[in-house]
Parts: sequence; C-alpha cells; structure tokens
Amino acid sequence: MEGELAHIGAGLAGLGTGLAALGVGNVAGNFLAGALRNPSAAAGQTATLFIGIAFAEALGIFSFLVALLLMFAV
Amino acid sequence: MADEAKSGGGLSFKPMDQFEVKSLFGGEVGMFTITNVTLWLALAVLAVIGLLVLTTSKRETVPGRGQSIAELMYGFVYKMVEDVTGKDGIKYFPYIMTLFMFILCANFLGLIPMSFTTTSHIAVTAVLGFGVFIAVTVLGFALNGAAFLGLFWPTSAPLPLRPVLAVIELISYFVRPVSHSIRLAGNMMAGHAVLKVFAGFAQVAAIAPVAIVGVMAIYGLEVLVSAIQAYVFTILTCVYLKDALHPHH
Amino acid sequence: MAENTNAAGEVAAGAPPGMPQLNTDYFANQIFWLIITLVVIYFVLSRVALPRIAAILAERQGTITNDIAAAEDLKAKAEAAEAAYEKALADARAEAQRIAGETKAAIQADLDVAIEKADAEIAAKAAESEKAIAEIRAGAQDAVKEVAKDAAQDIVALMGGKADAKAITAAVNDRMKG
Repeated sequence: MEGELAHIGAGLAGLGTGLAALGVGNVAGNFLAGALRNPSAAAGQTATLFIGIAFAEALGIFSFLVALLLMFAV
Repeated sequence: MADEAKSGGGLSFKPMDQFEVKSLFGGEVGMFTITNVTLWLALAVLAVIGLLVLTTSKRETVPGRGQSIAELMYGFVYKMVEDVTGKDGIKYFPYIMTLFMFILCANFLGLIPMSFTTTSHIAVTAVLGFGVFIAVTVLGFALNGAAFLGLFWPTSAPLPLRPVLAVIELISYFVRPVSHSIRLAGNMMAGHAVLKVFAGFAQVAAIAPVAIVGVMAIYGLEVLVSAIQAYVFTILTCVYLKDALHPHH
Repeated sequence: MAENTNAAGEVAAGAPPGMPQLNTDYFANQIFWLIITLVVIYFVLSRVALPRIAAILAERQGTITNDIAAAEDLKAKAEAAEAAYEKALADARAEAQRIAGETKAAIQADLDVAIEKADAEIAAKAAESEKAIAEIRAGAQDAVKEVAKDAAQDIVALMGGKADAKAITAAVNDRMKG
C-alpha cells in the first residue's frame, strides 16, 4: 500500500516537469519576442537566456528527482 | 547493463541499472577500487587531451579541423569568462576551462551506448558544485573581506525590506551549490533514464518502431542537453565568480 | 512493477535497490577518482594545452598584423613607384614638347629666311621681267608707231597726196594714245 502511494506521489511530482516545460517555453518565447523587436541586442543576451532557461529547468529537474526518489528510493 | 531486455514475460523497465557502479576487476567497491567510474573518467581525460593537446601539436598558423575545434573551444570559454567576470576574472580561466572540458567530455562520453555517465552521479556533480561554491566563497572573502557580505545586503532596496531580502539572498546563496550540482546530475540522469524507458518499450513488437524513433529523437535532444548543461554549468560558475570579484554592482 | 524492479536489482547487484546515485558506498570511490581526474585535466590544460593555444593565437595575430603591415608597406612602395613613373612620364612629355617646339622654331626660322630669300629673288626676277616687258612693250609701241607711220605715209602716197610727215606722226601718236 505504501509503495502504491509512493507511485501516486511520483506521478504527481512528475507533473512538475511538465510545469517546468511551461516555464522554459515562457523564457524562450519571451526572449524570441524581444529578439524580434530588437535583433541587434539579441546576440548579447543569449547568455542570459541560457541562465534563465537553466534556472527554470532546474526546478523541473528537482521535481523529476523527487519522482525518481519516490519510485526507487522510498 | 543491458541484460534487462529479456527477463521473463511482460515489460521490464530498469532505467537505473545503467548508473550502477561496478568494480572492473571484481571485488567490493572501496575508495581506491578501479571501477567503471575510473574507466570513464580516464576516458574523459583522454578525450580532453585528444581535443586540446593532440590537435594543436603541429601549431599551424592556418589551423586544420582538429586545431580549429581546440581554438574554438578555447575562444568560446575565454570570451565567456571575459564577458561575464570582466578582465580581472581572466586569471581563473584555466579552472573554468577545466570544468567546461571535463563536463563536456564526460557528458558526450556518457551518450555512447553501453557507456557509464559519470556526470549523472550526484556525488560527482556535488564535488564540482560544492567545489565551485567553496572556492568562490573563500575567494570572495579573501578579495573583499567583510565587504563580501554586502552581497546579501541589497542597498538599492528600501530599508524595512532589507532584512527580508537579506534572508532570501542568504538562502538563495546556499541553495546555489545544490541546484548547481543537481541540475547537471538531474539532466543527465533524466535523459538517460528516459532513453532506457523508451528502449524498454521496444520489447513490445507492436510499438517497437515508435519506440526506436522515440529513442532517436530523445538521443538527439540529449546531445543538445549535454552541450547546453556543460555551457550552463560553466556560465553559472562565471556568474558566481563575478559575485565574488565584484560583490557591489 | 517497482517490487519487480527492486527485487531484480537486489538479486542482480546485491546492493540496496533504487538509485545507484544515492548509494553512499560508492561516494568515496567516485569522489577520489573525480578529484584525480580534475587535477590531471587542470595540469594538462594549464601546463600544455592553454599556453600552446594562446601561443598559436598570439602568433597568428602577430602574423596577421605583420602581413597587414607588409602589405601596407608594399602598397606605399607601389604608390611611390607609380608616382615616380608618372613624374618621369610627365618630364619626358615636357622634354619632348620642348624639343618639338625648338625644332619647330628652328625650322620656322630657316623657313622664314628661305622664304624671304625666295621672295626677294622672286621680287628681283619680277622687277627684271617687268623691265624687260616694259622695254619690249616700249619697243613694240615704237615699232607699231613706225609701222603705222610708214603705212599711213604709204596709204597717203597711194592716194596721191603728199604726205606731211609731221602731221602723220602727230595723228598716229594721237591715235595710239586714244
């Protein structure tokens, strides 16, 4: 019974990865919108873009990690 | 590692088996045992030497393919360090280049089928992440003294808010090494586990073609992620280093 | 499924099930080898690879700078040579013009002298000829007068008259004038 609850929890934690995908898409989309408005400034901001994507993605990875922990370590 | 393909009836997923640390010559895994970790770390060293040392041995003024790659990587990381940390960060360039080359080579070596991904282990990435964190913190205090604490005291904010912000800054500062290391390990682990899960679906003949196409697509994504995670780890290291060099900005 | 996996993992590896990443037995081994790896990579990079690549890039930069300087030099030389050539050409042209002018002037002078001489000769000849013509003409007039007088005397004689020489001469002269 406990293992099944852990699996349900893992599934719920997995939702977090999907939400992180929304965040990453938001970052990239806003970057693209800004880059199309002012293409000359875009090249200098790619580093910022990747940092933003990394932070957004890290949280998704955390929830994925929680899912893995629930699946394999609990 | 790949012996899960046939294990009785039904689907069998063992996405985590590929991360198992094994002794190469038998025996228990102790501190100095030569394991598959040792093997793939050594291969990463060889890859770095092959990419940066062997290619440049001819010292051509007009570079060939290999030398172009070496120069490209050098220029890429050098420019990153210079752009993010400024001129006084250049003297830390060899350390950052070491991190970048190691993570890049380890990530790509991990993509070879049947290989072992050293950077998917939290122990490995935690050493990298906490190493950066401790080095940067020590450097920050050594260079700026107590003024380094100004990093946690945002003078641009209104006075009543500052203690609250200081607590948030402090927490975010100490979360840095955790997120720094888990981001890399998590990305590598997630990608490889997903590849294994898709490969597990190939056990069912009906959906095997879809599974194989899926494996190919995820593999392409993983190639991208390997390079991006090396880049992200390096640029975040540069950002942290910049905080240590210039706490007030 | 998880029970399956866990059981299989336990049987296969003999290690605690689940994520090998969380198995603390492996940590010391991984950290030990990782630190050795990082130290090796650091020394390889800082002692061999990075100085070498920096030297290559600096050398290339130097070569490019030198080549550009050499190219500038050659360009300046070429420009100087072109200027010298242009100058020599202009000089030669001026010299040629001067020589042509001198020659023309000399020829003109000779020609003028010759023309003058010729003119003088022609004038002398013309004067001579005129004189001769005038003489001839005078001679002819006299002859005509003589002939006319003789003819008039003869005609008058034939007509039976006594020819008055003085009157005939006057008449003939009168006619010749008229």
